[in-house]
Amino acid sequence: MAEIILEVKNLTTKFKRDKGTVTAVDNVSFEINKGEILGLVGESGCGKSVTSLSIMRLLIDTSGKITSGKIILDGKNIDDVPEREMRQIRGKKMAMIFQEPMTSLNPCMRIDKQMTEAILLHNNITKKEAYERAFQVLKSVGIPDPKNTLQSFPHQLSGGMSQRVMIAMAMSCEPELLIADEPTTALDVTIQAQILELMMKIRNEKNMGILMITHDLGVVATMCSRVVVMYAGRVMEEAPVEELFANPLHPYTKGLIASVPKLGANVASLPSIPGSVPDLSVMPKGCKFAPRCESQMAICHKEEPELMLVTEGKMRKCRCHLLNSNKEEGNV
Amino acid sequence: MADLNTESQKSKIAADEVLPKAKSKTKEFIQKFLTRKTAVISAGVIVLLVIAAILSPYIVPYNPDMADYNMMLQGPSASHWWGTDEFGRDIFSRLLVGARLSLTVALISVIIGTAVGTVLGLLAGYYGGWLEALVMRGCDVLFSFPDILLAIAVVAIIGPGVINVVIAVAVFTVPSFARIMRSATLSVKESLYVEVARSLGCKNNRILWLHIFPGTIQSMIVNFTMRIGTAILAAASLSFLGFGANVTEPDWGAMLSQGRNYLNTAPHIVLFPGILIFITVLAFNLLGDGLRDTLDPKIK
Repeated sequence: MAEIILEVKNLTTKFKRDKGTVTAVDNVSFEINKGEILGLVGESGCGKSVTSLSIMRLLIDTSGKITSGKIILDGKNIDDVPEREMRQIRGKKMAMIFQEPMTSLNPCMRIDKQMTEAILLHNNITKKEAYERAFQVLKSVGIPDPKNTLQSFPHQLSGGMSQRVMIAMAMSCEPELLIADEPTTALDVTIQAQILELMMKIRNEKNMGILMITHDLGVVATMCSRVVVMYAGRVMEEAPVEELFANPLHPYTKGLIASVPKLGANVASLPSIPGSVPDLSVMPKGCKFAPRCESQMAICHKEEPELMLVTEGKMRKCRCHLLNSNKEEGNV
Repeated sequence: MADLNTESQKSKIAADEVLPKAKSKTKEFIQKFLTRKTAVISAGVIVLLVIAAILSPYIVPYNPDMADYNMMLQGPSASHWWGTDEFGRDIFSRLLVGARLSLTVALISVIIGTAVGTVLGLLAGYYGGWLEALVMRGCDVLFSFPDILLAIAVVAIIGPGVINVVIAVAVFTVPSFARIMRSATLSVKESLYVEVARSLGCKNNRILWLHIFPGTIQSMIVNFTMRIGTAILAAASLSFLGFGANVTEPDWGAMLSQGRNYLNTAPHIVLFPGILIFITVLAFNLLGDGLRDTLDPKIK
């Protein structure tokens, strides 16, 4: 059994709105082992980013709040540590890379100042040593000319370069967990491939856990070992990556996979899931996916299915009434 | 990897030889600024005024306080360019020396107002909550009075005098700055790089002063320039009303106030101070407009 680096248990995050509260993340549980890349996929607005912000405890500026659940990082419960201690954990034990590299860097500061800032915050070393470390980290993420890059302002860097700098910044204190919130969405395909390769390389070298948040199933297939599929703030399915693609259980996962364009397939139009993610404040009763589901049944509109363990040992979980009815008919 | 490095270095050296040098931001700013004629002229006028104010004791043709009873209420002439006042004092000399006082009062009061307003606005915008409510409602109260009335009220409480004029003008500069800085802070606060800083474990103080403050300086500079014009006008108004500098001092507002008794017989006594105040305030406002347009990335 591999060592667990992050365990999220029944995480629920709610947001205050004018009319009552909405639940953006509902009872989400998953875990990440050391050296493992876990994919977190789902449509826009399904709660992926809120999950990551909840783990980092970065919801202070929003009206959001973690109402229940446990976040255990490296054996330590961090959902109730004071903010002061939390600051020591952020950046040092877990770091985050964001969606838009071009706006992730402070336009008023040179790269060297931004990079050494994080290093100096968490390490008791001199400025010169911090600069040296920034240089080394930049080199390790494949920046060809670290010295010049350190002297640059963010606007002088391209998107791919900025994302490399961001990764370098996140890596500079050698965190044990890296949360990547759609790190390649804003980049073009060739740069995407380079960045993903870089992340794999870093993972292999440092044996860190990576939470890969994305809506790109291609990224999931190449990068991740396990996948958690989220919909409307809930975990719909969790499976090892090969099994998820070979035999998706949940109708939503099936729909997601079906809507990925296939090379060589000669189809007039791409299949898509009808409708869109329901508004968080007017959630349907029963299964949240039922109104859009191809195989909906009467029970789907009445009660919400539980997240069930499908195959023992393999951590294969699914939240669907179909499984029950199949079981009763003896199909599984 | 090593091959890649040397190769890219090679191509970089080659590129350095052919490509023109990268434009520095400052250079770009100056180039853009120079295309705005009104702003450039305004800046020129201000520079001229400042130099004149600094050198005034050495370049004045007459002693600004020396009365000459043979030359009372003379119009502009070759010996007295802008005429003389009711005591025969040279108006040009008095205005030159007065520039010192007016500009200093305006500058100091705006600096104080800016500093206080900026700190309040940043804190209010960043921390929100009761602090924001307190600061913003306080500003609303100050805003509900016309500027000059507020200044008069302050002077009425603490008494007349140059230093008190500075305080009065600073007081009514604070709310507008606090408001502008608060809204600038609110927008910068939402930027991704602030969240990145937080995700790396930065403290609130650090984020506020190191990451947010530099992003708001632009709005501060523009407002600062514009406010100097307003401050000059306000200081002159206070002096005119008799709340400011001593009437015997060569102050622009006080000169206007004294001269208005002779409006029928010797209009030049108020004409020249009036023109000077007008030009100075206009120059500062136009410079502020120009700076705003140059610094705004949306206007090309």
